[in-house]
Amino acid sequence: MATTALDQQRAHAATGHEPTGLWSWITTVDHKRIGILYGATAFTFFLMGGIEALLLRIQLGTPNNTFLSPETYNELFTMHGTTMIFLAIMPLSAAFFNFIIPLQIGARDVAFPRLNAFSYWVFLLGGLFLNASWLFGAAPDTGWFGYANLTSKQYSPGLHVDFWMLGLQTLGVASLAAAVNFFTTVLNMRAPGMKLMRMPIFTWMSFITQVLLLLAFPVITVALILLMFDRFFGTNFYVPSAGGDPLLWQHLFWIFGHPEVYILILPAFGIVSEILPVFARKPLFGYAAMVFSGIFIAFLGFGVWAHHMFATGMGPIADTYFSLATMLIAIPTGVKIFNWLGTVWGGSIQYKTPVYFALGFVAMFIIGGLSGVMHGSPPADLQQTDTYFVVAHFHYVMFGGSIFGLTAGAYYWWPKMFGRVLDEGLGKLHFWLMLIGFNLTFFPMHILGLNGMPRRVYTYPEGLGFEELNLLETVAAFVLAASFAVFLYNIIKTWRGPRNAPADPWNAATLEWAIPSPPQEWNFAEIPVVHGRDPLWEAKRERGGPLPEPPRVSGAGIHLPNPSYWPLVTALGLSAMMSGLMLIHHLGPWGIIAGGAILLFGVFNWAFEPAG
Amino acid sequence: MDAHATSAEHERSHPSVGVYVRIGLVLFVLTALEVGLYEFTYGGHAGPAGAAIQPFFVPLLLLLSAGKFALVAMFYMHLKQDHRLFTGVFVFPLIIATVLILGLVVLEAYHFAFARAG
Amino acid sequence: MTDTAHAGHLETATGLDNRKLAIWTFIGSECLFFATLISNYLVHKETWLTGPGPFPHDAWTSPAGKVFEPIIEIPLVTLGTALLLFSSLFVVLALANAQRGNRKGLLLWLGLTLLCGVFFVGMQVYEFTHFVHKGLTLKTNLFGGSFFVLTGFHGTHVTIGVIWLFTLWIEAFRGKIPPAKSLNLEIAALYWHFVDVVWVVIFPVVYLIK
Repeated sequence: MATTALDQQRAHAATGHEPTGLWSWITTVDHKRIGILYGATAFTFFLMGGIEALLLRIQLGTPNNTFLSPETYNELFTMHGTTMIFLAIMPLSAAFFNFIIPLQIGARDVAFPRLNAFSYWVFLLGGLFLNASWLFGAAPDTGWFGYANLTSKQYSPGLHVDFWMLGLQTLGVASLAAAVNFFTTVLNMRAPGMKLMRMPIFTWMSFITQVLLLLAFPVITVALILLMFDRFFGTNFYVPSAGGDPLLWQHLFWIFGHPEVYILILPAFGIVSEILPVFARKPLFGYAAMVFSGIFIAFLGFGVWAHHMFATGMGPIADTYFSLATMLIAIPTGVKIFNWLGTVWGGSIQYKTPVYFALGFVAMFIIGGLSGVMHGSPPADLQQTDTYFVVAHFHYVMFGGSIFGLTAGAYYWWPKMFGRVLDEGLGKLHFWLMLIGFNLTFFPMHILGLNGMPRRVYTYPEGLGFEELNLLETVAAFVLAASFAVFLYNIIKTWRGPRNAPADPWNAATLEWAIPSPPQEWNFAEIPVVHGRDPLWEAKRERGGPLPEPPRVSGAGIHLPNPSYWPLVTALGLSAMMSGLMLIHHLGPWGIIAGGAILLFGVFNWAFEPAG
Repeated sequence: MDAHATSAEHERSHPSVGVYVRIGLVLFVLTALEVGLYEFTYGGHAGPAGAAIQPFFVPLLLLLSAGKFALVAMFYMHLKQDHRLFTGVFVFPLIIATVLILGLVVLEAYHFAFARAG
Repeated sequence: MTDTAHAGHLETATGLDNRKLAIWTFIGSECLFFATLISNYLVHKETWLTGPGPFPHDAWTSPAGKVFEPIIEIPLVTLGTALLLFSSLFVVLALANAQRGNRKGLLLWLGLTLLCGVFFVGMQVYEFTHFVHKGLTLKTNLFGGSFFVLTGFHGTHVTIGVIWLFTLWIEAFRGKIPPAKSLNLEIAALYWHFVDVVWVVIFPVVYLIK
């Protein structure tokens, strides 16, 4: 089969035609295809997470509801959170990293194309592993934060936590591999003349995200390893009766978890900072301030983890430090918000769908950011913690922030990715439904939270004044869901239409718009030379008008990395190891050994395969 | 951090074999000092001087260890000659890692001393 | 072992090799991995006082009344530490030979590196077995758990390094590491040194500090 892939490649190099068919997708190392795979997979998981949310909302629509059992409710809110964070928002960002970063920096691919494929396959298998828990009736049920000792063998003897712990471990491998890859790509693969301070702002924010991934994920990896030893091998790290410490889990989880929220939001910051200048017809206001505030946010992000833990009683000194550091983050974030406003201020804004979502992002993120500062004060936090106020806050940053930003990115880059511009009318309908549905779903949660409605409880009694707002939220959640039905319909409708998007439909500034839509496999027939921050605008100014449509050329003679299935084999080996660990009490070490052997086999063949 | 101007030929000036061997000897001596320090503070040779060293034992040991760490990183891992970017990619995480260890130890020590002990 | 899109075709933007930058990035990430494991060890060191108690340097009576001897064997571990330090020296000598195209020197020093690595792992296997015989397992107390997990993951890293260097030794034996490809060894050597400096931290923190 190795020859099949290689033959295909040779034939391709000779003719310059892109290979097609399932096998070409399985063996692909092309960053654009991997980006599309990431996007499609993550969107599917996003819909699953959305359905889980709707089920939760139905349960909460009326008091004393019995639509879901308490156990199922626990499973659903755990899987909703885990899915949205690890299987939807992170990989949707990864879809844009993959597709857009190499194009924005003028590269033909990422630094390590096969490692990139490996990341995708590990992500896919990790997501499937996590969701396979439903088939065993053992979906994780301890919250996405998996606090010890809810997760101990004593309190959760079944497979629930095992699926969660090993699934997250697998996904962590995918994230780390991708982070090493994109860190190297951004530093090393930039086109001549693209200095760091000339990089497009999306690439900058994504680069900072990779640093966060690199430094935050090892911590959760170890936290999960310790949990695994507690559950499988009888250690007592999180077992208080044996001198262990459940609080250690909270520390380790949030040392990872707080940078993680910036991992989720920074790519959206980048997308919005990319869209606003294009549609306001003005360069980004305060580029350098944007870059450095991004770096500052990321750096501070490592020193504020314990603001998630004020309720544990860390003492006045720790509380004061973490409170101050948390509030400090509001400064660089405020800088960003003012820069976005400064960018659109006085611009001749073209009201296309991407800019609707981008402006929606700014508005919603301000609300979420402000309620975040409220939690930064320990006395206020003690009142708000574990109530729906917190649920409202993080949905305003995760949905109102990340998802609005990512959706803006989808509308903005869709023509580049697929050669088709999404329908404007349907796009705007999507936006208004989403904005209204979102706010009616989540804003009342602020009020419910301050009135004392606790999170993570499957129902509430009558007569506490919770009924009306909960019912409103449930109805609005379906409006929100409908907005994504509109999006899906838009995708299908556009897909049936002609592939006629021009190379540069938005009159944009960055390099990805200099090449045909969709780009040819080798991206740039000739590697561009960059002289400024907005290379395309500069070229247009010099020319005194729009650039000519770039021709689709024959790729004969352009060197591309060979396709390979070893990344998939290696990823399968890793998943087999994880499954072997899970079954360690049935198979002994043999499952792990078999998985490890496949892994090693894959790695060696990968290492000695000609990469081309 | 930006290094467009520099060419690829910055990393070929690795130190000579003699330097490597001398560093190796220094590492060996530092390790001997570490173990010796233990022996004279807590181990079989701990005389009356042992008690006097005790307050300085941990800082001295960490200092010796940091010295070994720095020697290996600078000379064997070539950070002294190589591009500064590599130093940055290594030292920045190292700083975060150190702060993380200190932060966790302090927070947990407080927790055990006050919160949990009651 | 090349996996770069443009290896040999284009200069990188920083002038640095993709793979070398990537291994440094990975090493940076690993700093946090080991820092967390070391934190776990140190945090639980606090709880030895309130929990079931220590016996690395002092005797310990378990809640069940069983008396455990002090367990740490400093001479043995000092030997392991020296082996690992010397292996770091040997691997830079191997690299220097590889860069000069001296295959015999490369094979000799790389072979000695491997020998040190294997003996270190052997030392650790012996130590673990010895501890288990004396009654210390993962489950015995928090010292047992955090000790085995920390040193065990370090040992796993050494083992992976041994497999990696052994593969390169075979390659060198087959004459497939000419000076132009010495980077293959340099990258593995960086990983190996990193594993060594992790031990430079573990040795005093776990074995020497009471």
